Amino acid sequence: MASIIFDNVSKTYSDGVDVIRQLCLTVEDGELLVLVGPSGCGKSTALRMVAGLEAISAGEIRLDGQVVNGIPAQRRNLAMVFQNYALYPHMSVRRNLEFPLRMRKLPGREIKRRVERIAEMLDLTALLERKPKALSGGQRQRVAMGRAIVRDADAFLMDEPLSNLDAKLRVQIRTEIATLQTRLGVTTLYVTHDQVEAMTLGQRVAVLREGRLQQVAPPGELYRRPANIFVAGFIGSPGMNLLRGTMEEKDGNPVLRLGPNRLILPEQVLTEHPGLQTRPGESLLIGIRPEAIRLADDLAEHSLPARVHAVESLGHETILHLATDLASIASDATDPAASTDPAPPLIAVLPGQHRFRPGDTLQLGIDIDGLRLFDMSGNAVG
Amino acid sequence: MQASDQTPTALMLAIPALLGLALFILLPFLTALALAFTDLRLGSPLPVELVGLEQFRRIFSDADFLRALANNLLFAAVVVPLQTALALALALLLNQRLRGTVVFRTLFFMPVVFPMSLVAVIWTLIYAPGPNGMMNALLTLLSFGYWEAHDFLRDPVLALPAIMLLSIWQGSGFQMVILLAGLQSIPQELYEGAAMDGAGRRQQLFHITLPQLRNPLIFVMLVTTILAFRLFDQVQIMTRGGPDNATTTVMYETVEAVFTRQQVARACAMAVVFFLLVLAITWLQRRLVRQQREVT
Repeated sequence: MASIIFDNVSKTYSDGVDVIRQLCLTVEDGELLVLVGPSGCGKSTALRMVAGLEAISAGEIRLDGQVVNGIPAQRRNLAMVFQNYALYPHMSVRRNLEFPLRMRKLPGREIKRRVERIAEMLDLTALLERKPKALSGGQRQRVAMGRAIVRDADAFLMDEPLSNLDAKLRVQIRTEIATLQTRLGVTTLYVTHDQVEAMTLGQRVAVLREGRLQQVAPPGELYRRPANIFVAGFIGSPGMNLLRGTMEEKDGNPVLRLGPNRLILPEQVLTEHPGLQTRPGESLLIGIRPEAIRLADDLAEHSLPARVHAVESLGHETILHLATDLASIASDATDPAASTDPAPPLIAVLPGQHRFRPGDTLQLGIDIDGLRLFDMSGNAVG
Repeated sequence: MQASDQTPTALMLAIPALLGLALFILLPFLTALALAFTDLRLGSPLPVELVGLEQFRRIFSDADFLRALANNLLFAAVVVPLQTALALALALLLNQRLRGTVVFRTLFFMPVVFPMSLVAVIWTLIYAPGPNGMMNALLTLLSFGYWEAHDFLRDPVLALPAIMLLSIWQGSGFQMVILLAGLQSIPQELYEGAAMDGAGRRQQLFHITLPQLRNPLIFVMLVTTILAFRLFDQVQIMTRGGPDNATTTVMYETVEAVFTRQQVARACAMAVVFFLLVLAITWLQRRLVRQQREVT
């Protein structure tokens, strides 16, 4: 067991592309940390640097306190599960599971004992003599997991291990991985592009964008208090809506102006954004979760008119794409203040089924308890 | 096979190729097979008679032919493993992502492009007798003067090894290219997985590279074996089977029989034996490769 520490780690490819920029991150001993981000953000590169499959351009990676920059992969005692599993096609399942133990020159009896214990644990006993080709995707995935846990590795590295499975299997194995990790208590760094996987698996989640760490927090915190508009848009499905608004003052209390409405902010929002008091007259980005938008009844104090653009009905909930008069901003805008991209639609998620059609107009209400406020550069108001 | 409305068209399109195959491969082979059971001899005034297995009995009691078979077997036994090992070593070296590998790949492949007759003439010069011959001079240099000059191609002990050496030099480039292609189709992920599992370079070679290279290796070894049995050009140009039958081969004996001694029937019997040998090797290859398909 060991902790994994990235200390100011950078990775620059020979063509001058910076994939990782000064990454500082600690995976605590026994923790499952998920590294998540859109494709090309450098998350797999970060993982491969820990593994020793990729050289480190600058900074240090420490395993259990020891700098491992110059140590080759085979001497780091880390186990890795690959996206395509990397099972040895010419070896049976048993041989695949034995391989890391044989490489460590364990005695034959010990190898047999361990392989059989792991096979039982992962329900692979009946498949031991088969070749990987004769296994289903889920079974291959379990063999790959087995090969990782059969030896006492200091930490597990997982590179999108579920992305080749169908949706149903993914949910099942996701739970299995979480249970297994808790049971074994092995430090695990898990890379994925799927925020649902990140939220359900991670004890903490690190969000990476273009090689830069955006935020590290437990899933709930990441959802409630995203550190910037990128995290706000990336976490949650669909992500947070961002609308332009202005801070005003009324009777000495801060009031948020959103289109025609003046919203008196509840205590909860004010305590989470202490900096607000000092910003009267300033433009802000207002983050609203799609789940916090509801249909306004006629008696509502504040309501927003909107026109339905598109409807996605999932059965248990309905996703509405809405056009409003409010200025909305894309969460991946690099400079939200100057963004000239066409405004993205406002997204609302309503529980249950609704019979809206494109072109319908309706009145929206907003649950303002969960508002998240960002300054115009995209960072959360402190 | 199920006939569809496209079958007549397909047959029509295949006819030219089928005709060519029948005319130039099937017909000559059947003729040879038939002639092998006669006593046909060009220029002989006697009528041709069926003699049954007599020709086969004769060639298998002919010391020259048996020597030729033995030479072929020895040649294959030495050249196939050495050439494959050399080609594998070259392929592994040139599979590194280093500058200049393309130049070396080209250099090592060049002998394959040269016509064998030209190669044979040049190597005859290399093997020139006397201390000024290139090979003699080199060996003298390497042995600090202990090597005594030999006339390689006229030495009963050295003639066959001399031909083996040049054959390996000429043939390994072809094998190397095929093995290189095989090496490059091994997924990088397997090496990464093996490294994570604690395998060093040597263990990766034995547990990943060689098993993954099994099919290309079987292929090149069998092609080389067949080529080894077809050994003719080098012998014809460099030694004419000599000295004292030290370098004669089945092909050489066959050509000698039909073109020098006009013994058509005897040559046909030899050709049939040669065909059966090659057939057996091919069958062996198919069996080995099929096994591999089943296991992966």
